[in-house]
Amino acid sequence: MRFLRQAPARYALVLIVIVFFVGLPTVVTSFQSSEWTQVLIFAIVIMGLNILVGYSGQISLGHGALMALGAYTTAILVHRYSLDYLATIPIAGLLTGIVGFFLGIPALRLSALYLALATFALAVVTPSLIKRPEQLTGGVRGIELLPPQPPQFVNDAFTAVTGTASMTSDQWLYYLCLAIALALFWLAWNLVRHRPGRALRAIRDGEVAAAAFGVNVAGYKTLAFAVSAFYAGIAGSLYGLSIGYVSPDTFPVSLSFQVLVGAVIGGLASIPGPLLGGIFTFWLPIVSNQFVGSQDWIPAQVVSVFKNAGPAVSYGVLLILIMIFAPRGLVGLIVSGYAWLQGRVRGAAERGTGHAPPDAQTV
Amino acid sequence: MAGSASRVAAAAAFMVIVAACGSSSSGTVATDTGITGDSILLGNTIAQSGPAAAYGTIGNAENAYFTYVNNNGGVNGRKIKFTILDDGYNPAQTVPLTKQLVEQNQVFAMFSGLGTQTQTSVRDYLNAQKVPQLFVATGATTFGKDYQQNQWTLGWQPPYQGEARIYAKDVITNHPNAKIGVLYQNDDYGQDYLKGLTDGLGSNASMIVDKESYDVTAASSSIASQLSKLKAAGADTLFIFATPGFSIPALVIVTKLGWAPTIYLNSVSGPAVYMLIAKKSGAALKNVTSVGYIKDPTDPQWANDAGMQLYKQVIANCSTCNANDGFNIYGVAVAYTMVDVLRQAGSNLTRANIIAIASSKLNETNPFLLPGITVTTSNTDHFPIMQEQVETWSNDAWHLQGSIISERGTLG
Amino acid sequence: MQEFLQQVVSGLATGGIFASLALALVLIYNAMGLVNFAQGEMAMFATFLALVLIDHGVSYWIAFPLTLAIAFAGGVVIQRVVIRPVERAPVLTLVIVTLGLATLVNGMAGFLFGYVPRSFPSPFSAQTVNILGALASYQDLGVIAVSGVVLVLIYLLLQRTTLGLALRAASHHPEASRLLGIRVSWMLALGWGLASAVGAVSGMMAAPILLLQPNMMQTVIIYAFAAAVLGGIESPLGAVVGGLIVGVTVNLAGAYVPGVGGDLQLAVAFAIIIAVLVLKPNGLFGRAAVRRV
Repeated sequence: MRFLRQAPARYALVLIVIVFFVGLPTVVTSFQSSEWTQVLIFAIVIMGLNILVGYSGQISLGHGALMALGAYTTAILVHRYSLDYLATIPIAGLLTGIVGFFLGIPALRLSALYLALATFALAVVTPSLIKRPEQLTGGVRGIELLPPQPPQFVNDAFTAVTGTASMTSDQWLYYLCLAIALALFWLAWNLVRHRPGRALRAIRDGEVAAAAFGVNVAGYKTLAFAVSAFYAGIAGSLYGLSIGYVSPDTFPVSLSFQVLVGAVIGGLASIPGPLLGGIFTFWLPIVSNQFVGSQDWIPAQVVSVFKNAGPAVSYGVLLILIMIFAPRGLVGLIVSGYAWLQGRVRGAAERGTGHAPPDAQTV
Repeated sequence: MAGSASRVAAAAAFMVIVAACGSSSSGTVATDTGITGDSILLGNTIAQSGPAAAYGTIGNAENAYFTYVNNNGGVNGRKIKFTILDDGYNPAQTVPLTKQLVEQNQVFAMFSGLGTQTQTSVRDYLNAQKVPQLFVATGATTFGKDYQQNQWTLGWQPPYQGEARIYAKDVITNHPNAKIGVLYQNDDYGQDYLKGLTDGLGSNASMIVDKESYDVTAASSSIASQLSKLKAAGADTLFIFATPGFSIPALVIVTKLGWAPTIYLNSVSGPAVYMLIAKKSGAALKNVTSVGYIKDPTDPQWANDAGMQLYKQVIANCSTCNANDGFNIYGVAVAYTMVDVLRQAGSNLTRANIIAIASSKLNETNPFLLPGITVTTSNTDHFPIMQEQVETWSNDAWHLQGSIISERGTLG
Repeated sequence: MQEFLQQVVSGLATGGIFASLALALVLIYNAMGLVNFAQGEMAMFATFLALVLIDHGVSYWIAFPLTLAIAFAGGVVIQRVVIRPVERAPVLTLVIVTLGLATLVNGMAGFLFGYVPRSFPSPFSAQTVNILGALASYQDLGVIAVSGVVLVLIYLLLQRTTLGLALRAASHHPEASRLLGIRVSWMLALGWGLASAVGAVSGMMAAPILLLQPNMMQTVIIYAFAAAVLGGIESPLGAVVGGLIVGVTVNLAGAYVPGVGGDLQLAVAFAIIIAVLVLKPNGLFGRAAVRRV
């Protein structure tokens, strides 16, 4: 209750966001719900990546490979062993988490740059590794997954509220992903607020000093790897279910890159950052690819140049600009903007007293 | 987003009105989602970025043909509006983009989607939604062979297995004692060709002494390793089942290794522009056989051909298209078939009628295909093009040999 | 035996390409302790510029040095505009900036030059030469020879000139260097310019063999990383030796190790990276760094 009194506005904001997401499918089309499902899936993997990169300070350019592991776990269990898809989601997460733990062990010895290189190489090599055990993974052809249908009681509840004839698979998947995302965000928030979070931040800010203070550096760093892999595995499993298909082509190295960028642009070491990162990661390619083309007032030559070069070039330029001008990401921008506003609102008496802006890490 | 809502409303209202007016059992005047009074909306997903971006020009070439048709009266008074979206050859993009085209843009049909895995990933969805998946831009045999389970899906170009069977027949006839080595790309494309070759050889499959694959992530010159192995295995006949990025280095490396086998090259990598690059880089290009079904824009024998002149006129509508690129004449040719189907539908412009015509009632002579090759489908045969002609390379050009070979009926 | 030798020779040939790009990576590392993920793309872009010059009638022997100069200038400009604002930032920021740069350059190349593969002239002929029964082309040998020349030049520059000394000092001890009057920021720019020029050499040597298209270096960069890591990321000699070893190992593993086929060549490179990082992180020729608290 203490913290509620300290920052009521922040909790009201969280509540508004939750209400927005819960109510979304009732007012938009099924297709648009499926788009937001992708946003939530990205938010989940980015949250995991954030724990690794933002809180424990280790770089990973290979989380797409971990998503692939989660996705294929679900696909293989459903397709080959006829397991219920819901049961496969936590299994995918746990399996990927264990793999992440074992990845974290050699990672301890690597400096930031080498870790980036090693995980990058992992991401590049993953598609060709997937193709090999053809009997298991379906090789190049991949595995198709049937769209999961909503359970009867959920269907009834949804149709009662919205008045539509029935709930589509896309809408059901949206709620499934939302429930899981809420649970995982809550988990991350608790992790970060308590000892593990403090330990990780201490390690990130000064490993040797943290060790001198008795923090089990190796333990926490591998824990961070394991937890972030767990998130990636769950996100991967949901990714496979929502697309309805897994194949080596669906996990290119650009996926690993995209989620890392999403984590950084959303804002590292923050809880709302991954959500913003997920929105950015999903919507940017669509906006840059289609938005410009659909605006009639832009002359055709400009559109054609943009369509041909636009997406990759503007993505690269945007990244560079954000890293130069807003390295703490969107959350950083919002926090600084808010602090600046607060400073002006509170008036001259408070300026210069040295009050620090609200810490983004303690939502 | 608001725009799509009003579009849904308009389409729905239109359909209600049309239904009320009686889309009669004789089906003479009927429309469907994606058809308005003056336009037909077609959707497409294709790789315009990423490793497969070289194929992206196909969509632009198709659009060039539609522009030409629109400028000349359209299809029974309607203009074709073609929406092309970039899926980067990644099925994880193809699925949401296709859903968008169907559910938000409300296209009439999907046309010429590119890629085997990408189009497979949306096949079930499009069939469940009863949206035609027409003339997919891939030769993967499954798109014609599995018609019974996917009756809204149709291929166009000759299936890879059919092409490989032609090579098999050629090798048995002309080189019965050949020792065959195969270099193939380790994906559905290469594997499909390999299967066609093995099946086509039948009891002679033991002619294959070695087969080596490579992954598209390999540095293109490192296939020297695979080619050395094939040479060391004693092969005197080499099959190259590779996309141009790898077939060109393969041709060069073969020469570099001091090896002069009989070479069979798959048709996708056949266009003369690629052969000439190989030659410039040192390939001897002796004894190379392939098959063709489309006229090559750089082939002087078509210089005064009416179809080729039409192609040159059409492709001028596309400012980014290289007229000599074989991919572009492919795009124009398949767009021609699409327009043909739309015209045949007349005023019965429903999805069901379109797929019925395309899958069972096509009988078209296409000005961009080699003379004698027709685009035909029937109740029992859903492979639109099943004929190719053997060609051999000499004097910097392909020369057609013999007569047109048909593979109809061999692929179930 | 014959085939084994051929595999080795072919591996050396491909390894030469890896070595030449690895040299550029090592130069950047020497200049600023960072690996430039955009190195391959910059090399490819420079090669396209060379092709434009050649297509417009400029002779190869003029286009080559001209491209080096343009690449050098381009590297300096990139360092000033893109890298300098984030010089002091953590590694992660720099990694993302270079990855963004890679995306940007690749996209521009695709837009400006299209995706159809193009041939590129080589000063060496494509004729084959017989080495103890194995065959390689003069172009293949040329790549290795040119890499060797570049290696010697880099060594001379870094170890035997004052400028090279200033470059290394600025990278390892920026504060102390400033006190000594070394303009650290311009040293970094110089490092980037040099690396970019070396990358251009790599691109122009590789393009005749790999064929020039926007994605040309994307497959090579991982192998170049493996080469640099194996050789010791600070050592130009290590880059060349590492490149050759990676090329040969990839070929031999694919040809002779059961279970590994031609399709897992990249996985072999990956295995090399992991093996080195686990067993001997400083590579063959690197020196162990002492971390000061």
